[in-house]
Amino acid sequence: MATPIIETPRSGRVAPGYSRSSTSRSNFEMIAWLFMRISGAILVVLIFVHLYVNLVAGDGISGIDFGFVAGKWASPFWQIWDLTMLWLAMLHGTNGIRVIINDYADKNSTRMWLKGVLYTATVVIVVLGTLVIFTFDPCPVINGVAHVADYCPTP
Amino acid sequence: MEKEPASKVELSKDVAGGEIPTFDVTLKVRRYNPEVSDEAHWDEWQLTMYGTDRVLDALHKVKWEHDGSVSFRRSCAHGVCGSDAMRINGRNRLACKTLLKDLDTSKPILVEPIKGLPVEKDLIVDMEPFFQSYREIMPFLISKGHEPAKERLQSAEERDRYDDTTKCILCAACTSSCPVFWTDGQYFGPAAIVNAHRFIFDSRDDAGDMRLEILNDKEGVWRCRTTFNCSEACPRGIQVTKAISEVKQAILTRKV
Repeated sequence: MATPIIETPRSGRVAPGYSRSSTSRSNFEMIAWLFMRISGAILVVLIFVHLYVNLVAGDGISGIDFGFVAGKWASPFWQIWDLTMLWLAMLHGTNGIRVIINDYADKNSTRMWLKGVLYTATVVIVVLGTLVIFTFDPCPVINGVAHVADYCPTP
Repeated sequence: MEKEPASKVELSKDVAGGEIPTFDVTLKVRRYNPEVSDEAHWDEWQLTMYGTDRVLDALHKVKWEHDGSVSFRRSCAHGVCGSDAMRINGRNRLACKTLLKDLDTSKPILVEPIKGLPVEKDLIVDMEPFFQSYREIMPFLISKGHEPAKERLQSAEERDRYDDTTKCILCAACTSSCPVFWTDGQYFGPAAIVNAHRFIFDSRDDAGDMRLEILNDKEGVWRCRTTFNCSEACPRGIQVTKAISEVKQAILTRKV
């Protein structure tokens, strides 16, 4: 009978699944980490001013209606403000979810699928949001009939 | 069988202190033996222990008097070698540094192997993945230039810079308490980063940049979520999360 071969202890054998398959030589994770800190700090200012202007200042929550939003987006200042908020919040949130997927999914295929859904949703929302901010028309005129608001000039 | 003395130190009669209190504890140990079953199970023992006893003494009592097949690692039994890190009541502790009287003895004391590493038998885990990460960060002095004729001098302030991280005993309590490491075992882990920190901030060492480059990996310092489990688990009281943050800072200041 052949004697079983017993490996020498500490022979450098690492249990499968533990050895790092690839080493990344990019700074992506560092930049992502830095972005989270910087965007987080900026978003605190952007979001609280947004909440104050919309919900507290002037007539408060009773002042919010279609006309209020239309009035805000008539000014390039609020257009830029909301655009920055949209982009930073979406990228901040997407990166947060990406990190959570990395931490909780243990199979690479699961990770890939979840991230695919995540990135699709992000792109759709960011593109749609940007489009709305810049092409928003408070007084659409369709077939010569003014729609929506009574403050719009009669055609 | 002759009764074990409560303490190795024999006190003379005129020394105040008197009898060491005894109490009953229930010890529940997570058992696993791949030669018998693929399933782990819990075994339970009622023990009468002394107020000076540690969890390790309870394990010894079980192994020596009840069930000799209970397997665990321990070497020095005095909190220096780092062999007996285990999960005690859900927290990573050294069995030789945890006094039974400090635990809730009204409930069973749960003893499990540390999480995230493959269990070999009972409380023994395969430490090789842990040591592999440790080896990768090059835990030894690398210096450029000629070897000095006398010792490499260092000021007290320079020594103080990495004093905290010299305390590591490689028990794996930190790495196996890290939820990021639990997921897939790919993360370098707090212990490897702590030991990298010990050389990165050593003024005599010249390979700091190489170690920072290794830890700038996608499985490196940036996977740390600052949950502080490692700092809480460290039996040497190393501020592990702080050390990891300092390494992050060092990478940032070098790159940006």
